[in-house]
Amino acid sequence: MIAEVVGFAGHGDTVIEGYLARPVTTEPTPGVVVLHHAPGLDPWCKEVVRTFASQGYTAISPHLYHRRGPGHWADVAAAARAEGLAKAMPNDQVMGDIAGAAAYLRAQPGANGKVGVIGFCSGGRQAFLAACDVPSLDAAVDCWGGSILPQPPDPSRPGPAPKGVIHRAPDMAMPLLGIFGNEDLNPTPEQVDEIERVLTKHGKSFEFFRYDGAGHAFFASDKPNYRQEQAVDGWERVYAFYDEHLR
Amino acid sequence: MCTWMTEQIGITGAARGVPDWLRVTRANVFYDHPVSAPYDHALIIDFVNPDAGVGARVGVELSAASAWELVRAITAALESPEAQADLAAEGRAPVRSELETLP
Repeated sequence: MIAEVVGFAGHGDTVIEGYLARPVTTEPTPGVVVLHHAPGLDPWCKEVVRTFASQGYTAISPHLYHRRGPGHWADVAAAARAEGLAKAMPNDQVMGDIAGAAAYLRAQPGANGKVGVIGFCSGGRQAFLAACDVPSLDAAVDCWGGSILPQPPDPSRPGPAPKGVIHRAPDMAMPLLGIFGNEDLNPTPEQVDEIERVLTKHGKSFEFFRYDGAGHAFFASDKPNYRQEQAVDGWERVYAFYDEHLR
Repeated sequence: MCTWMTEQIGITGAARGVPDWLRVTRANVFYDHPVSAPYDHALIIDFVNPDAGVGARVGVELSAASAWELVRAITAALESPEAQADLAAEGRAPVRSELETLP
């Protein structure tokens, strides 16, 4: 494979950085946009990009904090996180960056024209929203995206309660795969139930896999959250989903 | 006078350093997913100077228990007569430790 840092036109035609990996092959390749979690475009997210390349996908992870740079990815992320999610990663900006990343993937030599999105944690919520807001995509995977549902006001938390993105469910225009741990606190199993209910009500194409013995971020092999058995099964679900919808 | 009063506590977490002294003008404190410390959530403190770029940062990510011990240690250190005098000179209320040490 070839892995490299590239620049591409994101939201508002601003050129932002992305980490890209692609297989060296003459076969047509589908694309995957990988949305990093809140700590930033870290080594694990880059590993995910390379893993997709090893599976025959061209993958790119847009540096969603790029506009806060330059600098070490962790310092850039720290500066962005200090400003709050709404300023660090506003929804319209992230959706524009995802659309730009998808267009960049389609323009690569050998691209088969299909592109999926996958996101983790805050990226999971963004992947859910992209399924409703970026119609150029072909499939979306939400891995334990938090705050998809509006959160009730909580006096113990500073700032306004997250408004959620579930109200955009009627606009969902592609199949959605959800991966969740039953010990997660955001989203809780009850919240995943509610997301299922809303998607069912609107007749959307979706499939959720929910794992006992796993909490938040259980794919993260560099964190104690990692659950090997559940993660292996979850990745198999992701590949099967993308093989069905992107190849 | 030199106080020679040091609160030593055992902690668990991670820290990101800089090669030399750094002027810091702000501390960002939050409890969220850490970058390096081996926890789902951690108490994160970034001492930064936003005017000097994002790399002007000394960051620590501590377990909740370690962070609580740090609060206790800071409070204990601020109970020194010198600190109390400095606080009074700045019009601040005196520090009285009301935090219990974790078992």
